[in-house]
Amino acid sequence: MEDLFNFELTLRLLGLDFVRNALLAAAVLGVVAGALGPLIVMRRMAFAVHGTAELAFTGAAAALLLGVSVEFGALAGAVVAALLLALLGGRESERDSVIGAVLAFGLGIGVLLLWLHPGRAQNKFGLLVGQVVTVDSANLVVFVVAGAVVLGVLAVVYRPLLFASVDPVVAAARGVPIGLVTPVFAVLLGIATALGVQTVGVLLVIALLVTPAAAACRVTSSPVLATVLSVIFAEVAVLGGIVLSLAPGAPVSAFVTSIAFAIYLVSRVIEHRRLAATRTSRRLSQAKGVAATPR
Amino acid sequence: MTTEPAIQLRDASLTFGSRTLWSGLNLDVARGEFLAVLGPNGSGKSTLFSVLLGQQRLSSGTARVAVREARGVRGGLAPRELGYVPQQGAVEFPHALRGVDLVSLGLDGHRWGMGLRGTAERRRRVADAIDAVGAGPFARRPLSLLSGGEQQRLRVAQALVGEPDVLLCDEPLLSLDHANQQAVSELIERRRREAGTAVLFVTHEINPILSYVNKMLYLVDGRFSIGSTDEVMTSATLSTLYRTNVDVVRIGGQIHVTGPHSAVCEDDPHHPHLQA
Repeated sequence: MEDLFNFELTLRLLGLDFVRNALLAAAVLGVVAGALGPLIVMRRMAFAVHGTAELAFTGAAAALLLGVSVEFGALAGAVVAALLLALLGGRESERDSVIGAVLAFGLGIGVLLLWLHPGRAQNKFGLLVGQVVTVDSANLVVFVVAGAVVLGVLAVVYRPLLFASVDPVVAAARGVPIGLVTPVFAVLLGIATALGVQTVGVLLVIALLVTPAAAACRVTSSPVLATVLSVIFAEVAVLGGIVLSLAPGAPVSAFVTSIAFAIYLVSRVIEHRRLAATRTSRRLSQAKGVAATPR
Repeated sequence: MTTEPAIQLRDASLTFGSRTLWSGLNLDVARGEFLAVLGPNGSGKSTLFSVLLGQQRLSSGTARVAVREARGVRGGLAPRELGYVPQQGAVEFPHALRGVDLVSLGLDGHRWGMGLRGTAERRRRVADAIDAVGAGPFARRPLSLLSGGEQQRLRVAQALVGEPDVLLCDEPLLSLDHANQQAVSELIERRRREAGTAVLFVTHEINPILSYVNKMLYLVDGRFSIGSTDEVMTSATLSTLYRTNVDVVRIGGQIHVTGPHSAVCEDDPHHPHLQA
């Protein structure tokens, strides 16, 4: 860790191809995770993201055993898991327990699959805590394409999805096809989670999909501004985390999550001040009798 | 305005298994009419709205809304033609949502895309709708921090911003204090008066809207009565509906119903009939 502030070493490592690939992949992930994040927070899906990531691990373990690409396995696992959770956890009151049940079973299966494949067991650690430096240029193309697909679909479904997320009762009354936007969002979430599993790993995917958005939703009450801030926070966390991890050669995840959490803490302090100011101005306006009246 | 009714139910019935919510229901609501829908919990008031919204199929009969036929979700009416005001607290709002966002979603939240075109026009219409309900001073604050009365004003703006032909209000006054009940009902009445919007208003409490109502549907346990307030809110009619002795008393321009307390008076908020 004494190399943390060895800027010379950091700069030298930044010149390497595989580091650049890692940073590009991380930048794509930051945009995707940051853009989806506020919707995840509004739909109260942090635990679903966690469950989806765990099942991405199961998918990857299955791929390892079948001898197909681990990345594909993680993607398939994440998308199937996200869809399953979206369709089974219909009622909000039940969602928690559904995720818990599915996640535990999926993880158990994953452990079994890894055990059945004794050859490359070290890969399990890579999937759990991330292995961003193994992203090569072929992977990078997949990253960019997947990211573009997620953002493109999100742009198309954004308004009805936001409506269904924040105001499901009126959205349904106004004809928003909730039965369509819910699984579409699940698939986008599955793809984003699979991308996250490659970089920060299964255990810490929430640091990019949830924490930046949770921070953003604390400092602004505008959904659009929250999305912009969430992307910025995710980029700072993931790029900053990778750069800081270079010189000491420490795990990326520790740095990414620490930066994300620091941003979150600062956001909570800002929110606290903002709300205090709102309450004061509210009391003042009520005292002056500026009560809202129709017309 | 046309002579075509905004809402038309013909010989409509709704049955769940062996339980009939109502049958043989014939109901016309003309443009500019204010229909109050009353009845105890489970009498099918909210399910009637589900039918009109195209979320629930009738067991038999037909339902037409603003000329269109309400069938499945797909065959339902165009959102443009309909405004919907839910009860306060039907949804727990997230942190990052303001009144102005809620009203904006009421205008075009059902459309695909980001809505990057026509932002100036949208902003103007949303601002007008917010001003019309006097919600300007708090429309940019987080919704979750607003009072119930403030939230319901914004709900009315959300429902009216699309200039609907039909306004469905599902217990919009529930859990509001007296002053806010009056303010919210007056906003809805003004829309009816000025734009000829047909209003269907599910409520437990008739008095806040008594002077606006010109038609009433009273549902009790599969039985119903349709007519003017004077026709429906009588001791004889309600006693027949409830199959027990009910007294309707008019005091100081208000109507009070006395009788088997549990059957007639309900203070429990009913559940929002739509599930996410």
